[in-house]
Amino acid sequence: MKYMENIVLRGEKISFSYDGVKVLKDCSFSVGNRDFAAVVGSNGAGKSTLLKICLGLLKPDQGNIWLFENSIDKFEEWDKIGYVPQRIMNLNLGFPATVEEVVSAPLHTSKKLKNLTKNEKKNLTDKSLEAVGMSQYRNRLIGRLSAGQQQRIFIAKALVSSPQLLFLDEPTTGIDNKTEEDFYKLIYKLNKDDGITIVMVTHDYTDIKSMVNRVIQISDGGISDKIHKDEDGDKK
Amino acid sequence: MMEILQYEFMQRAFIAGIMVAITCPLIGIFIVLKRLSMIGDTLSHASLAGIAAGMLWGFYPFWGALIFTLIGAVAIEKLRKTFSKYAEISNSIILSAGIGIAVVMIGLAKGFNTDLMGYMFGSIAAVSSKDIYIMGILSVIIILSVIVLHKKLFYIAFDEEGAQVSGVSVNFLNMYLTILTGLTVVVSMRIVGIFMVSSMLVVPVAAAIQTGQGFIKTTAISVIFALISVIFGLVLSYYFDIAPGGTIVLLSVGILVGVLFIKALRKRK
Repeated sequence: MKYMENIVLRGEKISFSYDGVKVLKDCSFSVGNRDFAAVVGSNGAGKSTLLKICLGLLKPDQGNIWLFENSIDKFEEWDKIGYVPQRIMNLNLGFPATVEEVVSAPLHTSKKLKNLTKNEKKNLTDKSLEAVGMSQYRNRLIGRLSAGQQQRIFIAKALVSSPQLLFLDEPTTGIDNKTEEDFYKLIYKLNKDDGITIVMVTHDYTDIKSMVNRVIQISDGGISDKIHKDEDGDKK
Repeated sequence: MMEILQYEFMQRAFIAGIMVAITCPLIGIFIVLKRLSMIGDTLSHASLAGIAAGMLWGFYPFWGALIFTLIGAVAIEKLRKTFSKYAEISNSIILSAGIGIAVVMIGLAKGFNTDLMGYMFGSIAAVSSKDIYIMGILSVIIILSVIVLHKKLFYIAFDEEGAQVSGVSVNFLNMYLTILTGLTVVVSMRIVGIFMVSSMLVVPVAAAIQTGQGFIKTTAISVIFALISVIFGLVLSYYFDIAPGGTIVLLSVGILVGVLFIKALRKRK
């Protein structure tokens, strides 16, 4: 199995509790290069918590996360990671920022990206907007876009640093069915055509069942990490 | 208007006012976007305690304001982590402590004097060359910091988690922004007065946001609004012999009302 040879994300016996309540117990899992992994489970199961632990936003009580074979404590190449949060929950619609300002924000963070010239940064922003089909909205205020368009902009922002691993936290919350379908097609394309590894937290697995090749199921604090189908699409 | 510039005290007032008009919106934009508008009020009360300490023990009140404001800034950030689920409590605690210390010290110093009133409500006559010198240094620190860090501060204000994932030192920059806010309070207190510093941090930015522009343009517009308020506020304050702080703040509120009015008219069309 090719994807097992090149692990880009590995969780090792992760335990986490909120105010003394254990949410995750001894959870181990791995995601291979170019995988499309779905993190599934009922509401409150700990899916978003697991994602935040993978991103270093929360520290586990026990266990460790490995990103590209580096312990997360020592991991520095954050431009390899993209993150798309739950849009509706976080966005202040009155925020005075243009689409271009939002999408280019990560280009001023890591040392590697900061050294790019103005033109190179502009090109990366253009490419990213093009990838999500939003080039014509670059000067529009982010709050004046529809929910689906805003989510595409968040993806463009995550893609601008050319990440190899993209995390998405219930990205279709508050988006209508048609837009949701288009959105999944876009994510699938990023995975298949551009080779970006996807880890997506979702409450409704049925919609993406045909696209994913790995399922990380959380229930009662534990994890089952299953390969759903191999790279040619054959179910296991 | 030119004749008022022949007086040295008015020249100093204008120089000080321009520093206030530039620094307040540059910091205020991040405070407003991070929904921390209360922080200016809190730190200005901490600075009042420092001024009262200076007056009581006979040292330059600016140093007292600077020290107390910086202590207040660090304490706010520490308390915000302690009360992570009630972050606003940290502001109330420092504000209470600041005003409490100030009142006790003013009492020990046997009450108010003209200089203290100047610090509280702003004064055009009281700005000394030494004040200008300190304000200048602090303004340079604030402006350079914003020039260097504005992209990261913007990212944190827009999406704090996203910024952290991208490798931005969010905790450090949040602390640094609070310290810069403290410095801005100290820069502004001489002209607009401790009780109105917070308005200068927030109102020009609030008006600029209503114009519906992107981040850089909104920041530039808020500086322009602040400059208009300060320059005309100082002129009116001189001719009508009224406190500059109140006049400047009322003018900036007037600009906000004007912007909202124009926006409402445009919507009707």
